[in-house]
Amino acid sequence: MLTKRIIPCLDIRNRKVTKGVRFQNNIDLGDPIEMAVSYSKGGADELVFYDITASAERRPIDIDMVREIGKVVHIPFAVGGGLRTLDDMYNVLDAGAEKVSVNSLAVEDPDIIGEMARVLGCQNVVLGMDPVRTDAITSCPSGYEITTRGFRTRTGMDALEWAKRAADLGAGEIVVNSVDADGTQDGFELTLTKLISTSVGVPVVASGGAGNPQHLIDVFQLAHADAAIVASMTHTGRYTIAQIKEELDAAGVPVRKTW
Amino acid sequence: MITIVDYKAGNLTSVRLAFEAIGVEAQITRDPEVVADAKRVVFPGVGAAKSAMEHLRELELIEALKLVISLGRPFLGICLGTQVICDWSEEDGGVECLGIVPGNVRRFQTEDPLCKIPQMGWNHVEFVMPHPLFRDIKSGSEFYFVHSYYPAPADPSYTLAETEYAGTRFASILGKGNLAATQFHPERSGRIGLQFLTNFARWEGLC
Repeated sequence: MLTKRIIPCLDIRNRKVTKGVRFQNNIDLGDPIEMAVSYSKGGADELVFYDITASAERRPIDIDMVREIGKVVHIPFAVGGGLRTLDDMYNVLDAGAEKVSVNSLAVEDPDIIGEMARVLGCQNVVLGMDPVRTDAITSCPSGYEITTRGFRTRTGMDALEWAKRAADLGAGEIVVNSVDADGTQDGFELTLTKLISTSVGVPVVASGGAGNPQHLIDVFQLAHADAAIVASMTHTGRYTIAQIKEELDAAGVPVRKTW
Repeated sequence: MITIVDYKAGNLTSVRLAFEAIGVEAQITRDPEVVADAKRVVFPGVGAAKSAMEHLRELELIEALKLVISLGRPFLGICLGTQVICDWSEEDGGVECLGIVPGNVRRFQTEDPLCKIPQMGWNHVEFVMPHPLFRDIKSGSEFYFVHSYYPAPADPSYTLAETEYAGTRFASILGKGNLAATQFHPERSGRIGLQFLTNFARWEGLC
């Protein structure tokens, strides 16, 4: 049976893993390479790295860091942030990454998803999205609107429609990162995650809000996510991946147990 | 020395890095002569069967691959590599493949909207017979998969391990003699995947 994936997300700023609440008040948590190795030895099923300042600083992603990760991490990992051209993306895969993740870039130019799928292969293309709850249900009938640029820009785009379109264009996986839940550790955004995971044919990764193992049980059992992102709850050492998996296993959620 | 065959079917860096991590030298090549002379061959690949076959023809790799297998050199197919060594794939309306392993490649079929295609993630691999490649690995261990199609060998004696997805129990490792082929990605399967590659690097091609 296919197991549910637990994916630690490492936000990188100045070569340090950092974590904030809703992209603000970030604090540094450690060295990305050391944390990546420790997670991969500790049972993480996949990793994701976001270079969170590359876009704002208008510089390319830190490719040397990706190369270092590729040498020591032998589980799948995705990389995002600051990827603007197909060449940039190819270089990230060539450095050893399994997937590249785009977010704002795809909103500005949706056709890039199809080009990525054609050149890199669908399975390597992750669409990240940052939806926020909205009352503007005329433009956003699902009740969720896509934001970009680290939640700074509202787009008027409906989150569910965007997810369906991205899957049709060739995205191999969709990460639903709730703006409302991000960094709160109060639980995942279950409503939208379920809406998307039951509407698209590609795997859906829930992101934002993980604070305890029950939150993961809920997002898998109630919202049918295929994978879930964790950050603060494991970065700080409050929980290990093994502890989370034990609780998921006890609740009947299939998880990888040998590593 | 491991020879990794590059036929423009996806990026092979992760395969090379996995062998480097276990201290085994690996080279990536498109040269048919290098492949034909190789002592140990890895035939990876992701993407579509049709373009894979076109590239193999264009690069004149088909005879070299068949030759190196017939010479008894240890040979490991991975993912798309495992599919294109079969007779035929139902991808893109039908693709004639290499015909090294008798059998076809089929697409997962499911009515369940929650069962996503491709299968993406870690699934259990149950060994159906002992094999030198399984040394120090427990049957039922999880490996990392990304695929929409799966190999269905015509001769069941080719099935070395099985995995279940979308209501189908499929051959996740194929093999006979000096040939072995995994539908999963050992190079992405953490410590256990590296153990599998270590076993391959030491295997003499007998079982």
